[in-house]
Amino acid sequence: MITTLLIFFPLVAALLVFLAGQRFAATVGILATILEFFFAVSAFMDFNSAKLWNYEVMQPWIASLGINYSVGMDGISLALVLLTTFLLPIILATAVNGSLKDKKEFFALALVMEAALIGVFTSKDLFLFYIFWELALIPIYFICLLWGDENRRPVTFKFFIYTLFGSLFMLVAIIYLYLQTPEKSFALEYIYKLSLSGEQQTFVFWALFLAFAIKMPIFPFHTWQPATYTSAPIPGTMLLSGIMLKMGIYGVLRWILPVVPSAVTEWGCLAVMLAVIGIVYASVIAIKQQNYKTLIAYVSIAHVGLIAAGLFSNSIEGLQGVVLQMLAHGVNVVGLFFIIDIILKRTGTLELSKLGGLRNQAPQLAVFFIVILMASIALPMTNGFAGEFLLFVGIFKYNPYIAGVAGLTIILGAVYMLSSFQKIMLGEAKPEYNSIQDLTLNEKAVLIPIVIAIFVFGLFPNIILDLTDPSIKAILHSVQKTLPVAN
Amino acid sequence: MSDYIVLCCILFSLGAFGVLYRRNILVMFMSIELMLNAVNLLLVYFSVLHKDPSGQVFVFFIMAVAAAEITIGLAILVMIYRHLGSISIDNLKKLKW
Amino acid sequence: MMEFVWLIPALPLLGFLILSLFNKYIPKSTSGYIASGMILGSFLIVLSLLLKAINGNLEPTIVTLFDWITAGDLKLSLSFQLDNLSVWFMTIITGVGFLIHVYSISYMHDDEGVTRYFSYLNLFIFSMLLLVMGSNYVVMFAGWEGVGLCSYLLIGFWFKNQNYNDAAKKAFIMNRIGDLGFLLGMLLIYTQFKSFEYSTVFDQASQIINPNPHGDSGIMFAITILLFIGAMGKSAQIPLYTWLPDAMAGPTPVSALIHAATMVTAGIYMIARSNILYSMAPCTLDIIYTIGTATAILAALIGLTQTDIKKVLAYSTVSQLGFMFMAIGLGGYSAGVFHVTTHAFFKALLFLGAGSVIHAMGGEQDIRKMGGLMKKMPITFITFLIATLAIAGIPPLSGFFSKDAILALAFEASPIKWGLGVFAALLTTFYMFRMLYLTFFGEFRGTEHQKHHLHESPLLMTVPLLVLAFFTVVSGFIEVPHVFIHGGDWFSHYLAGAHIALPEASHLSESTELILMFTALALVVSVIIITYVIYVKNKVLPATNEADLSFLDKLSYNKFYVDEIYDAAIVKPIGVLSNFSSSFIEKQIIDRFVNLSGKAVQFSGKNIRFIQSGDVNTYAIFMVLGIVIILFINLVL
Repeated sequence: MITTLLIFFPLVAALLVFLAGQRFAATVGILATILEFFFAVSAFMDFNSAKLWNYEVMQPWIASLGINYSVGMDGISLALVLLTTFLLPIILATAVNGSLKDKKEFFALALVMEAALIGVFTSKDLFLFYIFWELALIPIYFICLLWGDENRRPVTFKFFIYTLFGSLFMLVAIIYLYLQTPEKSFALEYIYKLSLSGEQQTFVFWALFLAFAIKMPIFPFHTWQPATYTSAPIPGTMLLSGIMLKMGIYGVLRWILPVVPSAVTEWGCLAVMLAVIGIVYASVIAIKQQNYKTLIAYVSIAHVGLIAAGLFSNSIEGLQGVVLQMLAHGVNVVGLFFIIDIILKRTGTLELSKLGGLRNQAPQLAVFFIVILMASIALPMTNGFAGEFLLFVGIFKYNPYIAGVAGLTIILGAVYMLSSFQKIMLGEAKPEYNSIQDLTLNEKAVLIPIVIAIFVFGLFPNIILDLTDPSIKAILHSVQKTLPVAN
Repeated sequence: MSDYIVLCCILFSLGAFGVLYRRNILVMFMSIELMLNAVNLLLVYFSVLHKDPSGQVFVFFIMAVAAAEITIGLAILVMIYRHLGSISIDNLKKLKW
Repeated sequence: MMEFVWLIPALPLLGFLILSLFNKYIPKSTSGYIASGMILGSFLIVLSLLLKAINGNLEPTIVTLFDWITAGDLKLSLSFQLDNLSVWFMTIITGVGFLIHVYSISYMHDDEGVTRYFSYLNLFIFSMLLLVMGSNYVVMFAGWEGVGLCSYLLIGFWFKNQNYNDAAKKAFIMNRIGDLGFLLGMLLIYTQFKSFEYSTVFDQASQIINPNPHGDSGIMFAITILLFIGAMGKSAQIPLYTWLPDAMAGPTPVSALIHAATMVTAGIYMIARSNILYSMAPCTLDIIYTIGTATAILAALIGLTQTDIKKVLAYSTVSQLGFMFMAIGLGGYSAGVFHVTTHAFFKALLFLGAGSVIHAMGGEQDIRKMGGLMKKMPITFITFLIATLAIAGIPPLSGFFSKDAILALAFEASPIKWGLGVFAALLTTFYMFRMLYLTFFGEFRGTEHQKHHLHESPLLMTVPLLVLAFFTVVSGFIEVPHVFIHGGDWFSHYLAGAHIALPEASHLSESTELILMFTALALVVSVIIITYVIYVKNKVLPATNEADLSFLDKLSYNKFYVDEIYDAAIVKPIGVLSNFSSSFIEKQIIDRFVNLSGKAVQFSGKNIRFIQSGDVNTYAIFMVLGIVIILFINLVL
């Protein structure tokens, strides 16, 4: 069925890429990812919104341990699968555009990662979720290690161990949940039916949340991220920031909110505050960063902080904002990193002090840059606005003062984005860059879909909102039924 | 009857003490034999006490195992002597940090 | 007719898309005509709506385009509300916008990026229309942010100059500070009234019976003050005004359109639209009055010593905006909108006239280097004179009526307030006429090369000047105080059709009103004469050297050092905080913990490994000990 196809086709494609040899690896890879995207779109077209879960597949696997191959897609899963399959061709195109040696290994690794990511987003079995979660870590580890910059060894090592540390707690919580089910199963339906006591819920909440908080990342578990994003090759950073961090957010949506609702109500405030502190903290740091890649890494932390705050806002606007902003952030941040890749290729540096005046030599690049920049600071009519606005509505309903602090991001965002844009693009032309050329056709072929996505989802966010509305309502229902009085 | 038990315990302790604190590998082997024989004696005593022959049968097992073990051990000892020229256990420290 | 309403913003948007996507294929000379044509189209449709509105046939109508964002109970649609208020603003935007487009065709004709310029200009008109046409706060916010973007793009139009880029960035960021207030106010409205639509919100609000007649309900105060913070940013009131003088870095028509006639009036539009909410929050209105008055006076004081022709006009704009907020703070919503209208005409005229002068002077903007231009540029001079007389408040020009309406309201509140208003008006007269005299009267003080270059501007520039001058003269008659004509206050009644509260009936007697008017007028005329004596008769020139200035002059010339204060108090500390966070907090504190765990594992490994001594005896001892302990535990415990 289509879910199994979506998960395993990239694995097959990875093999084909390997067999195709260096010359055709890129073509096979990009064609495969585009084909995968069409599979996802067809799943979207045929989606039956009357049913919560569509395209379910259930095969017993390790029956004695209650582990089954149980996958399916509801609105949220499908939205994330669409994001993944949309971004992968762009990421592969970036790799082609850049100068990744031994490209076929990269394409194969990226395809394996796509399979693992889709697996995470579609698992309905908790153990299967864990398997795919860990599986996704392996290709990115190799990508960062093989093609990173000179700091890659200690940085990737720290990233790997830090993530694994969180996953350890997640594994403990998973097994604990399994033992609590009367049917001794990892299946989603049984885990949702659990009603645990307050202390049990607190333990499960923090164990799972720690893993997801490290993945997103949320302050103060974020220190692995700037170094890793900076040292990884740009397609690797796109994979990390565009899709992988959404795994953490998705994990909270799928496996924390419906499973331990009273813990969410009890501890959600703390999580929101950490997230909001992260927003302001990361934004302030971004202002004075000199390496543009590190700057965008901190920007990513700020954006994810807002999404994480929305997760615990206990409102439908907030949660719908989470979904929308996940998609918007994925598209926008990949767009930004693609522009970074172009700048790096043309000028050989990402240090703000060395760049300048590029608009003179590359006006079209400047235009695309400004559009994507405006989308990431949530200009209305762009995809960033719809998501951010809904998030603010949700967070404001939860606590207006926290929303006020979180709102500083709209000021600080303008500061660091416009300052860095000015340092890179504006001013007198620098003589050392006089020979660089403007966008090539290939680069435009990547940027144009991104810009189209920015405006389509900015003007018609209901395409996604209608898709995810039933699932969000279901999740919200399970959180709210723990409240003593209806809100 | 507890005298037998006391005797066996003393023999066992002597053997254990020898294994732990003597430096000469041959002496350590002899102490191990002493421990095994102490256990044998105890087994025979209890078999007579409970009138159960399986204790004495087990003694035979132990004697066979002891013989096999001492053979291998002495073979290794000879090889160590050829290598190091000494049979003090202090020389065998390579498996350390 | 309503079916064509969507065309009004669609045409400028189309203009933007055409000019930006097909930038390379459009000849530079035609881009201006395309852009202006689009605006003309919008203007004609708006005109038909205006005629309907003036005849009293326009009921507030809501035109929905499509559902925008739906989540739970939140159903936002992209929809327009057409009523007397929005149609009035639409007329100003498209009308004055069209004139400025035409003017720009000539002014910008030899600029490299002229197509880009017109694309931005069209995008601006689109956003501004969205702002005033929206039927809910979110569409207004969309237009609000859109004009902020266009302002950024246009101020930084000549992007090779980093000073201009800094000015553009400053404008955008300061706007965003206000936007945060706007956003929070909007969200508070949503949590209170469960909707963003004006009709729903205002209906519900008017039904709230305030239980505390002596004070505000706290929520109303919060909502109104937050919305006002947004207005402060967009309409350049204290403390968020410093971006506007810097915004003069953009091309002069941009200054005319955005920073005089339209964008900066968005704040007044917002408050006029929400007047029902504001009438329930008298404390906020007091604050608005205070800030408006303070801004009016402060900006005027700075304008007294400025020597750049555009900077004088910029501070004049800030000051006039202060007047508008002064009116609103006194409850005179229609007076505020009236002043917006008259100000749009005469300020745009002043800026375009200044552009004409700058054009003739080959780019020179320093009034100390000008002089005697009235002979060489008669049309520019006449229209400039008309505008200056209007802003000073000489009847029967429009500025007189709108300013007088505000002063009358002030006097009703208290004579002191009237006095402050008159003081600000006198300062205005002084610096405006100072600029007029120094620029157009006396002997020319520039270089020989510039003297040869002096000529009147081409038709495309002078015709808009004349049209604007015409409206500067006549637009005052839409609201004539009843001392002159009974029932002459047409405009207030027109706005009442859009639920803008009428001002309270005046308690002043007719004679008091006339006395006030004539006093103010007499003072203004005296100032005009005094200024004439100083700058024309006695040929006083503003000092060329800053060291020659007196203390007060220096204070005014350096804008009271407000920018420097902001830099020291806000910008630098944030920079320090940023560096401190990234170097100290990140590396030394948070990361230390993370690395500490790694180091702890390494440390314990290093030390525990000594157990592996390689000594068999030690191993054997441990084994025996272990067995004994296990036996002990099992047998005894």
